[in-house]
Amino acid sequence: MTDRTPGFATLAVHAGAHPDPTTGARATPIYQTTSFVFNDADHAASLFGLQAFGNIYTRITNPTTAVLEERVAALEGGTAALATASGHAAQLVVMQQLMRPGDEFIAARKLYGGSINQFKHAFQSFGWNVVWADPDDVGSFERAVTPKTKAIFIESIANPSGSVTDIEAIAAVARNAGVPLIVDNTLATPYLIRPIEHGADIVVHSLTKFLGGHGNSLGGIVVDAGTFDWSRDGKYPMLSEPRPEYHGIKLQETFGNFAFAIACRVLGLRDLGPALSPFNAFMILTGIETLPLRMQKHCENAKAIAEFLSTHPAVAAVNYAGLPGDPYHKFARKYAPKGAGAVYTFSLKGGYDAGVSLVSNLKLFSHLANVGDTRSLVIHPASTTHSQLDDAQKTAAGAGPDVVRLSIGIEDKEDLIADLAQALGS
Amino acid sequence: MNHDAYSDDYIREILSSVKSIAMVGASPQNVRPSYFAFKYLAGRDYDMIPVNPAHLGKSLLGIPFVASLADIGRPIDMVDIFRSPEHVMPLVEDALALSPPPKVIWMQLGVRNDEAAAKAEAAGLKVVMNRCPKIEFGRLSAEISWLGVNSKVLSSKRAAAPVKGMQLSLGPAPRNNDPM
Repeated sequence: MTDRTPGFATLAVHAGAHPDPTTGARATPIYQTTSFVFNDADHAASLFGLQAFGNIYTRITNPTTAVLEERVAALEGGTAALATASGHAAQLVVMQQLMRPGDEFIAARKLYGGSINQFKHAFQSFGWNVVWADPDDVGSFERAVTPKTKAIFIESIANPSGSVTDIEAIAAVARNAGVPLIVDNTLATPYLIRPIEHGADIVVHSLTKFLGGHGNSLGGIVVDAGTFDWSRDGKYPMLSEPRPEYHGIKLQETFGNFAFAIACRVLGLRDLGPALSPFNAFMILTGIETLPLRMQKHCENAKAIAEFLSTHPAVAAVNYAGLPGDPYHKFARKYAPKGAGAVYTFSLKGGYDAGVSLVSNLKLFSHLANVGDTRSLVIHPASTTHSQLDDAQKTAAGAGPDVVRLSIGIEDKEDLIADLAQALGS
Repeated sequence: MNHDAYSDDYIREILSSVKSIAMVGASPQNVRPSYFAFKYLAGRDYDMIPVNPAHLGKSLLGIPFVASLADIGRPIDMVDIFRSPEHVMPLVEDALALSPPPKVIWMQLGVRNDEAAAKAEAAGLKVVMNRCPKIEFGRLSAEISWLGVNSKVLSSKRAAAPVKGMQLSLGPAPRNNDPM
């Protein structure tokens, strides 16, 4: 395989997973252990000093989790990755490497409600100040740049609105500002969009969603594109300056184009602690093996259901970038030609009450606060995931009171359409 | 030779054929990248020689520093250069003046000098630029995968175990054959 570049489905099954060297086990074993013995004192010192590759403690590295990390790095086209306990933990670890109290980062207004909360409340309390911009107006990102800006954060496909972001245009703003572009690629997955190919420097995921795919395990991941020069102007001392945490090592100088992933691991995971359970890593790895097959079915079903809803008399509007009339259709064709994902919203002519009624009448769709499951899911964001936001923020995030969010699963689409038809009434 | 992208086979052939490596710019400070690479490669049974006139009289992992390639006094297979690009040409000239000359000139991460590379290649040497032999060894042996690094190596074959088979232990625990 040396000079042939493997395809996506091959990587989804194989990347990172060699047969176990000791037992020959072909599936990746679950190394459910906290700690790993050292060969001798010098080996221990080498590992603690980052001079050797190896395992110390599962908070920092674990052989099962490492397979997952390499797998996702390969699927995204990155140099390395770092798994975390959740997508939120991934964002925390990323920002800890980039931000100092008083710094700013620019974030798209259309984000998962949990991210809006994390940025606005938790990160603000650390002195990491979010400045909001409108992903439909690239100029709003340009105007938000100040000397304190350290990063730009967007979602490739926004939750809950399902709108597709013009990644390349915002990457150009980040490049001009000399800051990294962070893309949350959870709803697209690398099967539909590979943000690094469009200029992203860091990709984050909630693995809990389509990558794991079965709604059984939380997880998050940070992928290092290996594209950003952290040492150019001293703005990122976690990577460019001698680290007192490791007796004066400079991480970029030592680890080159995967230094950001190493920083997230040895400064982030080590000191903040949100490591992924090896068991969850195993479950998510198993899910990833079928990611291409599942995403094809998710997208096929999502489009069929969007078409059904768009002609239904009770429906006011369907916001699905896979439909030709959608304002984001041109970006979907450019960035996600294989499908516009399976999470989107629609609004009901009957407003809030009709949304509540729909959710309670559905029999196959589950009413819950997750997306990217094999099962079809439904939620009313205004009263749940986005309930902490004020009305203006709800509307800006695509989660107004009349809006219902769907996450389309991989069941038979005829059954899903029949369920929606009976719940909407005739 | 395309120096923007090396095939795995090209790097693997170099790392599996060279036995002695003179590291120019090696540092005795244990937080410097050159120290990391020196120690790692010494642990992989490469015959390492630290070259740095600033540290003459000192030693690195018990191996005495020499001031220049000419002072090594025996044949070497590879010169690994931890110096900035403007210092590379005189080092390549020194290497080519050795008898016999080394087989490989390797420039570390961030070090690239195409003119010096062309000169070495014209003399029949292999050249690698802007790479770290420690990282490449770790990548091709799958060891670096423990850090979640994308090794770009797929294999359905069992990776080499970090110990050479099971051993009967009656006294002290068997020492791992692989020091790191």
